[in-house]
Amino acid sequence: MVSAVMSAVESKAIRRRNWQTNINAWLLLLPAVVLLAAFTHYPILSTIYHSFHSLSRGGTSEFVGLENYTFMLEDDVFWQVLRNNIIFALATVPTSIGLALLMAVWVDKKMAGRSFLRLAFFTPTVLPMIAVANIWLFFYTPGYGLLDQFLKSLGFSGHNWLGDPSTVMSCLAVMVVWKEAGFFMIFYLAALQTIPPELKEAAQVEGASRWYFFRRVTLPLLMPTTLFISINALINSFKLVDQLVIMTKGGPNNASSLLLYYIYEVAFTFQDTAFAATLTVTLIAILAGVALTKFVYLDRRIHYQ
Amino acid sequence: MRQKDHSVETIAAWALALLWLLPLAYSLWSAFHPSEYATRFDLTAPLTLDNFVRAWNQAPFARYYLNTLMLVTMVLACQLVIATLAAYAFARFKFFGRDVLFALVLVQLMIMPDVLIVENYRVISGLNLLDTIPAIGLPYFASAFGIFLLRQTFKGVPNELVEAARVEGASSFGVLWRVFVPLGKTTYIAFGLVSVSYHWNNFLWPLIVTNSVESRPLTVGLAVFGAPETGVDWSVITAATVMTMAPLLLAFLLFQKQFVQSFMRAGIR
Repeated sequence: MVSAVMSAVESKAIRRRNWQTNINAWLLLLPAVVLLAAFTHYPILSTIYHSFHSLSRGGTSEFVGLENYTFMLEDDVFWQVLRNNIIFALATVPTSIGLALLMAVWVDKKMAGRSFLRLAFFTPTVLPMIAVANIWLFFYTPGYGLLDQFLKSLGFSGHNWLGDPSTVMSCLAVMVVWKEAGFFMIFYLAALQTIPPELKEAAQVEGASRWYFFRRVTLPLLMPTTLFISINALINSFKLVDQLVIMTKGGPNNASSLLLYYIYEVAFTFQDTAFAATLTVTLIAILAGVALTKFVYLDRRIHYQ
Repeated sequence: MRQKDHSVETIAAWALALLWLLPLAYSLWSAFHPSEYATRFDLTAPLTLDNFVRAWNQAPFARYYLNTLMLVTMVLACQLVIATLAAYAFARFKFFGRDVLFALVLVQLMIMPDVLIVENYRVISGLNLLDTIPAIGLPYFASAFGIFLLRQTFKGVPNELVEAARVEGASSFGVLWRVFVPLGKTTYIAFGLVSVSYHWNNFLWPLIVTNSVESRPLTVGLAVFGAPETGVDWSVITAATVMTMAPLLLAFLLFQKQFVQSFMRAGIR
């Protein structure tokens, strides 16, 4: 009898404590939940909603089904910016990874002035993209700019680097590689430092050349880092558009425009928020696809940092 | 032979490093010399601060500095408080819906506010906050990344420390403040450095939501100032560019190790 009463009281107390835990936890989370809902979840849902509706200029918007999407698929500019974005990714991702690896191998070695080298390679990472764009803009200025002056001194003629559709993407890619390679270097550097020195000693005893050791031991061991960096670089190539505002405005003739910049233009210059929402859904789908690949594939299979 | 290999590599590494510093070195050259020397590299060229004076007088850079400072302080303070509370709940409480909620937080890691510019503009305008400094910061106040990092850190706090504090009569908040927060110091520094650099440098979103000198941060101010239509002299624009990046660059030069380590921790997550 007594024990029955005791256990009833006890379970009541436990239940009450449970309630308290729940309430405490939710109160702690409240500010984060409200802000995330307002600026991440609601905007995502609302983007999807608006992509299925017509533009409301003063009046009410109507459900239009897939009309915005068919419009998008017929929009030449959309295909162009998508193609540009893929080219931009293909141009910047492998190059910055290759350079980052080279830099890391150099900085990792006992080389004269290695802390200076690390500083030189990493510095562009901390600079604002907008400042970087300003500096590089002057490099590429036709006639007066540094690149043209240099070419002229060698006897070549000048060139409108950013005004020519065939050179503008490469010019921007070079700049982005310059800004990003040093950031990726630090991940390789960290990974290189986890490779046990015994491996190297063993290889030396066996008489393996440095290149052989690099190819057969270092590179495979760096594979997780390489994949991790590739994903990050890929996501960045869809997020980085600051430079376009200053350097080209997406031109000439959309030759340098990227998806996010096109969204910005459609929404805030052409004021077509319904179409901008449709484009944003595409961008979200791309980013989600990349991120899910990362979560499902990478985090499970190759992560021994 | 080995020795020779090494010296060739050292030279190559140094060449690349110098090439890497060239854009920065050039911007400093042009900012500190009269505009006649913008593309003439004469070591006897006179040094001058004139470009800085002119940039400072031609645009309200003092106000832009103040705006950026207010912005990064506000964002960092809010992020730290909000992320600490949320991370504490995720790491130490068992409550209804925890895993679902955590997954919902992680959504922000893949779809960052940077790409939701159209709808976030609508939300900010609905809140009547357009063209204010809080408008720039609000979408970033709840940082999934900060919550994630701190949750990892808090999970690693030994239970004995928590029990000991409990025995001494500390409340939930007391435990958070006296045990968890001090132990998260390195995480806070890493997150803080990354957050400050990110928001100091952020451009597209502030460009969209601000429209006046009173709210514009430095990056947007620089873009407005340097627009080709304004016809401002190149050397003056570089001076303004140097001013925009100087504080962060100096901080980086002083605290190199912390910066590199923080950026690394932030990237690896």
